[in-house]
Parts: sequence; structure tokens; C-alpha cells
Amino acid sequence: MIRWLALLLLLVSGVAFAAPVSKEADQAALKAGVLSPVMAAPEFALQGSDGKPLNLARYRGKVVLLAFGFSSCGEVCPITLATLAGARKKLGDEAANVQVVYVTVDPERDDAARMKQFLASFDATFVGGVGSRAQIDAAQKSYGISSTKKVYADGNYTIGHSSSIYMIDRSGGLRAVMPYGHTADDFVHDLKILLRK
Amino acid sequence: MSGKRRLWIAVPLVAAIGVLGWAGFAPVSVPSRDELFEIPRGTYARRMAGNKVEILPAKIRLTLGLNDVLMLRNLDDVPQVFGPTIMMPGQSFRLPFEKAASYDFACTAHASGQMTVLVEPYPAMPWSKVRWRIREWWENRTG
Repeated sequence: MIRWLALLLLLVSGVAFAAPVSKEADQAALKAGVLSPVMAAPEFALQGSDGKPLNLARYRGKVVLLAFGFSSCGEVCPITLATLAGARKKLGDEAANVQVVYVTVDPERDDAARMKQFLASFDATFVGGVGSRAQIDAAQKSYGISSTKKVYADGNYTIGHSSSIYMIDRSGGLRAVMPYGHTADDFVHDLKILLRK
Repeated sequence: MSGKRRLWIAVPLVAAIGVLGWAGFAPVSVPSRDELFEIPRGTYARRMAGNKVEILPAKIRLTLGLNDVLMLRNLDDVPQVFGPTIMMPGQSFRLPFEKAASYDFACTAHASGQMTVLVEPYPAMPWSKVRWRIREWWENRTG
């Protein structure tokens, strides 16, 4: 009898250890803010800085880090992009399954070539999203992105904009949102969770 | 000073020292790390009708190591933007904090469109524990 009980205990503990970590437990472990229930990330149709049409469906099977910014940004965007580039470096081989998509909030100045050049200074694999004002507005609205133009006396301008990074899982679900200011290590931590199949 | 009078002074004094000692040295705890706020159904419609609706405090205070997770639930019929994200109807957003700081967020559930989350450090020192307990007691009392 005792032998049977011991065997049962062994089996139960074995199952407990072998069982995959649940999605809920993973969600709670993220350093980013998590959305629940997970819904499909809003789709968009833009032009990619790589010359191809840009939508999220193109990256099914990869984890997408989606953020909004502009190439003339002197404050938030360079820090965000450097952080994301650092996270990809730290991920090593796993970085091949992570795609950074950076959508412009300044379609009047940012075209595909300009975004490509800007993003390549951080990581050549980053893809920028450009398009008409209407297309960009629609993408911004679907993610709740606000942007405000501030015009200087010389006619030049800057844009204040939402600076969060949206984390979209391999199946296109909007899983989490990392507010601005987190480190590359925080992204690596969360990406490792999201990259689990 | 008579013995009875001395007793009248000594007993409350010892009790006060005891309470202060407990408040300063006993570990602080809260029932949950999640500080839950809900955006009720009809919030957007009421605001569009011209009503001034304040359903979330303009300033939310959290404490690291205690209640350091902001949990927002959108029970409204329309999407709501909370700072870093947009929440669909029925969706919740759980945002953990790891650094003590003041965070300003955009929030469509506020008439002002803004909200502040003040994250304070864990009350490690006796005096900070006392202060934390007094504030908790006061906030619970005033609702």
C-alpha cells in the first residue's frame, strides 16, 4: 500500500514539474503591463521601410515589438530604439524570432528611405512603417497612440507622442505593453517568456 | 506625586510606547499586491452627455513591495486609453511597478485626460512604517 502511495506521489509531482507553465502564470510574471483577455493586435496596412507592404500578419510566428515614433525625434525614440537593439543583442540566436516594427507619427517628413536609414543606425533588422496621414492616423487610433505637434518660431517642429512598446505574441495576440523607461534586461526577461511556444 | 496619579500617567504612556513600537517594528502587509480600479459601464456615454464623471482618483498612490501593481478593468462599452495602452471593453490591464517614482499617464476615463500614479518606496524604517500605517488608516477611514 505504502509503495503504491509513494508511486502515486512520484507521478503527481512528476506531472507538476513537467506540466508547461500556464499562460496566466506567464502573464503575471511579465514586467510589462499585461492585457487580459488577450485579443488580436489591431491590424494595419502600411508601407515598410524595407520596400514591402507592412502589416502584422507578415510576422506571424515571431514576437513583434511595435512602437510609434519619428526619425527626427531627439529624446524618446533614440533611447527606445537603443534599448530594443540592446535587448535583441542580449537574446542571441533567439533574436531571430523577434521583429521590431517602428511606425512613424510624422508621415510628412518620414518616408521609407528616411526611416530605413534612421532605424539601421540602431539595428538593421528593424522595420519602419510609413504611409499617408490617414493610414498613420488609423494605426495610431487603433493603439490609442496620441501625438501632438509643437511648432517652433523657425517653422521647424517636434512631436510629443505616446512612447509605450506593444508586445505582440507569435499568433498575433496583443499580450503586453511595456511603458517607456524599462531596460533591455526587462525586455529580454519578457521576450523569453513570450518566445516560449 | 501619589501612586494612583503615577499609575494614570504610566499606563497610557506604556500603552502608547507599545503601540508605537508595534507600528514601527511589526511587518507591514496588505491583502493583495493588486490595486484594482474599474471604469464602470456607461462612463463614456455619461461624459458625452455633458456630465462630469470622476470615477478614478486623479492620483493613485502605490507602495513598492506592498500594493505595487495597478489593475485597471474597463467595464465600459467603448475602448479606454490608460497611459501606455488602450483597453477594449471587458479587458483589464495589470501594470506592475518596480521603481519608486511619479508616473503621469494619459487616461480617457478622467475628465482631465490625465492621471498620476505615485509609487513610493517600501517603508523599511520604523518611522516610515508608522507613517504608512497612519496614512492607510486615514484613507480607509475616509474611504
